[in-house]
Amino acid sequence: MEPTSTPAADKAASDAARKAAEAAEKEFTTMSGKSIRARYGQEDLQGDADVKIGEPGRYPFTRGPYESMYRGRNWTMRQFAGFGTVEETNERFHYLLDHGQTGLSTAFDMPTLMGYDSDHARSLGEVGREGVAVDTIDDMEILFQGIPLGEVSTSMTINAPAAILLAFYVLVGEQQGVPSEKLSGTIQTDILKEYIAQKEWCFPVEPAMRLVTDMVEYCTDQMPRWHPISISGYHIREAGATAAQELAFTLKDGFTYVERAIERGIDVDAFAPRLSFFFNAHIDFFEEIAKYRAARRIWARELKETYGAKKPESMRLRFHTQTAGVSLTAQQPLNNIVRTAIEALAGVLGGTQSLHTNSFDEALALPTEEAVRVALRTQQIIAEETGVTNTPDPLGGSYFVESLTDELEADAYEYFRKIDELGGMVEAVRQNFPQREIGEAAFDFQRRVDDGEFTIVGVNQYVTEEEEVPLLHIDPALETKQVERLAATKAKRDSAAVESALASLKEAAAGEANLMYPILDAARVHTTEGEMIEAMQEVFGTYTETPVF
Amino acid sequence: MSSAVAEPKTDRKIRVVVAKPGLDGHDRGAKIIARALRDSGMEVIYTGLHQTPEQIVETVIQEDADAIGVSILSGAHMTLVPKILELLKEEGVDDVLITVGGTIPNKDIDDLKAMGVSGVFTPGSPTEAIVEFIRSGVSRREL
Repeated sequence: MEPTSTPAADKAASDAARKAAEAAEKEFTTMSGKSIRARYGQEDLQGDADVKIGEPGRYPFTRGPYESMYRGRNWTMRQFAGFGTVEETNERFHYLLDHGQTGLSTAFDMPTLMGYDSDHARSLGEVGREGVAVDTIDDMEILFQGIPLGEVSTSMTINAPAAILLAFYVLVGEQQGVPSEKLSGTIQTDILKEYIAQKEWCFPVEPAMRLVTDMVEYCTDQMPRWHPISISGYHIREAGATAAQELAFTLKDGFTYVERAIERGIDVDAFAPRLSFFFNAHIDFFEEIAKYRAARRIWARELKETYGAKKPESMRLRFHTQTAGVSLTAQQPLNNIVRTAIEALAGVLGGTQSLHTNSFDEALALPTEEAVRVALRTQQIIAEETGVTNTPDPLGGSYFVESLTDELEADAYEYFRKIDELGGMVEAVRQNFPQREIGEAAFDFQRRVDDGEFTIVGVNQYVTEEEEVPLLHIDPALETKQVERLAATKAKRDSAAVESALASLKEAAAGEANLMYPILDAARVHTTEGEMIEAMQEVFGTYTETPVF
Repeated sequence: MSSAVAEPKTDRKIRVVVAKPGLDGHDRGAKIIARALRDSGMEVIYTGLHQTPEQIVETVIQEDADAIGVSILSGAHMTLVPKILELLKEEGVDDVLITVGGTIPNKDIDDLKAMGVSGVFTPGSPTEAIVEFIRSGVSRREL
């Protein structure tokens, strides 16, 4: 019998055909706009797949830097904290350690990041707002009061004035009886990404690069357990970069630091093992995992083949991860707990060594204690309930993940080529190349959100009435308190010693000596951060960006 | 196509200063908005980062701006915005549409509006809504 044909059945059939055709035509992409095929298979593991994928803990480290990964030791749970004065932040540090956090991470306020003291006119209204204010060694001492610096590892997010904050930390260690070779932790120091994305600078690019190399040299000699640079893609991504741009610009920044240190005459195997990375964990799950795996492979290959590293530790990329602040929404803030959990899981499946999970209220203000606790618990749930830590790189060999890893790797090399054509990363930064690429990507992504091409739940889809959440309020009186403390320090110190230390610092800046030593001398006699920065600016000058949009 | 009848009398483009006060470097939003305003046919002057309120007000006056978009993500909005408003007042500038964008808690939004800010846009605001707000706000003032 012939099938009966009715107008309704015809319509249903043609609707179904249209939908199927649309589905076939619809483009599936990652959030960075990378095209995803309907199927991945054996044919995607071509060529030297075995060599490229390898084994966890072995070159090229695609599957992870260590053989046993989280079976041996969990990642470090390191929540970034800092607000108000050093007393408040010290209290938050103790709170986090008491709740099972395993490392500290310090956020400094904007004046500290820009090298202004709390009493500077430019600091008005900004002291302690986005991090903690530290002006002198006295502040640093209170910040780490009751925290054994020989046992807890500390990360400090500071770049342009990093050398000064490192000096403060070393001196506080000394006061606690912990010699510098016993201090462990990380200081960000990644100045290239400041010009590219985070935009907190003090000096022009070249003298800033010298200061970075001075720190690498100092730490190689004096602080064997310290990571002098945390080469950071996080801020590049937050500024709007795609996953591939984050990968490419970050690694290229890293290669540039390696080149500078080698030019200084430091053996690559003496410092490369102390370089670490810091990546973003954005919401596109597999693209992020592929990004971390590609990063490890590229770093290993380049350190070995281009920079002549001999030790596996020099080739082994280790990284900290922070979930994407930019993925958090002010709308329906509780949804951010879910986003953060998924992003954190990507970091873990990508093999991170430490992790910061954002708090759900951070699109609105600095996090409350409750929100920070949920964020830390999110990590603990992943670590201890889900079973994802049972075996290293559980996604290794997945046709899709390996293929995406290869693609991101190829994208990164394409960017390396473009940057080399411009004369290297320092020159590319001067020409605003990465800045412009990131701006384009940010604008394009916003357009996709505005057009509804990319869904953000609660923002352009599933919008509901707002619920209010309690927010952390920073007392403006804290600023006065900090300014008063600074005045007290200035009143009691030996001002002749300060003058002489500043003169020596300037002299060293004008010459070629390693600046860490005169900075340590100045810090010891209670010279402020701002005074040291100004002294160096008299020699080096300042930096002004030509904005592109 | 010709539709000259309903065109406004002046063909001067709307001039907007996109300003980034404070010490933070969060310029993603400011740059997206600057570009969207420019693409919609406005004249955009972007101040660049780390501007003082004094520098911003000077730019507004020099550029004879119709509107100003202040982008703040540092939490210092309750210090910086009143300062900008105060300086504008001192300079006798009262015909500029003032908008603020950034991470601004609800409670502060009300306070900013009471001080004379016309619109406050928080993360997630559609770009087009901001462009439209400035366009209609400026043309209303010119009537």
